[in-house]
Amino acid sequence: MALWLDTLVVLIILTNLKLLGSSRLRACIQVVAFQGILLSLVPMLAGAGHLTPRIVALALLTMTVKGVIFPWLLLRVLRTANVHREMEPFVSYTTSILVGVGLLAASVWMGRQLPLPVPSQSPLVVPLALFNTMVGLFVLVSRRKALTQVLGYLVMENGIYAFGLAFALEEPLLVELGTLLDVFMAVFIMGIMIFHINRELDHIDTDRLSVLKD
Amino acid sequence: MNPTSFSLPLAAVVLAPLVPAVINRTKAWFAGRQGQPLLQGYYDLAKLMGKGAVYSRTTSWVFRAGPLVSLACVLTALAVLPLGGARPPLSFAGDPVLLLYLLGVARFFTISAAMDTGSAFEGMGASREAQFSALTEFTMLVSLAALVKLGHLPLPAGVEAGSPYSLQGIYASLTATMWMRYGTVLLLAATALMVAVLCENSRIPVDDPTTHLELTMIHEVMVLDHSGPDLAMIFYGAAMKLWILCALLAGLLIPMRSGNAWLDAGAVIGGIFLLAVAIGVIESCLARLRLLRVPQFLTGAGVLAIVALLLAFWV
Repeated sequence: MALWLDTLVVLIILTNLKLLGSSRLRACIQVVAFQGILLSLVPMLAGAGHLTPRIVALALLTMTVKGVIFPWLLLRVLRTANVHREMEPFVSYTTSILVGVGLLAASVWMGRQLPLPVPSQSPLVVPLALFNTMVGLFVLVSRRKALTQVLGYLVMENGIYAFGLAFALEEPLLVELGTLLDVFMAVFIMGIMIFHINRELDHIDTDRLSVLKD
Repeated sequence: MNPTSFSLPLAAVVLAPLVPAVINRTKAWFAGRQGQPLLQGYYDLAKLMGKGAVYSRTTSWVFRAGPLVSLACVLTALAVLPLGGARPPLSFAGDPVLLLYLLGVARFFTISAAMDTGSAFEGMGASREAQFSALTEFTMLVSLAALVKLGHLPLPAGVEAGSPYSLQGIYASLTATMWMRYGTVLLLAATALMVAVLCENSRIPVDDPTTHLELTMIHEVMVLDHSGPDLAMIFYGAAMKLWILCALLAGLLIPMRSGNAWLDAGAVIGGIFLLAVAIGVIESCLARLRLLRVPQFLTGAGVLAIVALLLAFWV
């Protein structure tokens, strides 16, 4: 069981590094969708044997929202905005990957420093949550396109979700559902915003929006 | 020191030219050709040894020393190379570093010999070789470090432990139990090592061993001016290097540690030939990367190795 959980965690780490290293927006969206699906499988394995209907329902719901609805929404935005690549990020792709490795090292170190009040089901989940949050933040600040920034936001949210997974058995279903709904609304609204930015200005580069102030 | 430990280098000396032949046969099978006979490597070596060498008047002793020193280095490296759980003639703490830097010295002399000819063309190949090998050396060191960090499980009976910082110690600890527990980390390290094997032996997708187009060659261009016995030594040295790196990877991928050295070594030798088939399949299915992409590809492998090392500290 531990081996499968390890494999999932490693795959999620690799999807983060892949996100940092790829320039094609379509590939980025698919990577984040894949990450969402992997993440939704974590509570099923972390539950260590007792698969309650509640955990399964939560996993299925997360999988649908993060693995199907989000990519579908974002790919639709991609089609209407007619942008395919993040051309000139503030930090180059190779440097981004190296930064990602540094962040991984930092989160492993921090995960060891932070004792949890509740014994977590796996020692891997807390560093993973920290790593996802930091990668999401890094993508948010180092990329120009609004769409990539939405992806950064999603990865960050995945990190927070993973942090919640460490205590999934204790957390009420209502809280999880509420978070999921919030994220869904955020992505929905951001998709509409990107569509409108693109229609008004013919691009979705957020750094060029700062010259618009009156 | 027992007879089995000396038979490991002996097996390498005898069987090494077979490995490139197996790769060639696999590629031929994919292309629908019959391919060269499996013993072609030995025929080529015999033919080249019977020829005379031609030396340009502009070259110095460095050019003549290149192939000789390279071959001597890889032959020395065989002394510390374990095949799975089987013990090599020499084993001491820190010998992974010795192995990697013997390969480094071999590479240094090949590069020097290429630069000694004064040809701009060979200098270009030498520069590429130096650039790419700097990245793979790092990858190999880090993935071996990850394996060192993991190796602390109790060993099955009959397997000699050795120092945990020696190659023998590392490979003795890679048992099936280890795979059950740390499979993901081992798989990451193995992937990084696989990329290193492809790059170090100038295989697709980094270099194309069959090309003779000046813009794309790396290894082939460096040895263009060598002839006769020198070329034979280069071919033999290259086959030996392929054997060494494949043995490192096969020893990791085949967790057979029965305690019987003959059985373990046999399994790893089988693994080396399976890897040769796998390299043939990769070469048949992939295109060569653009030269600008190669450092990215190698950095990616280095990142996998670092992730393996971090996880080894974590689990």
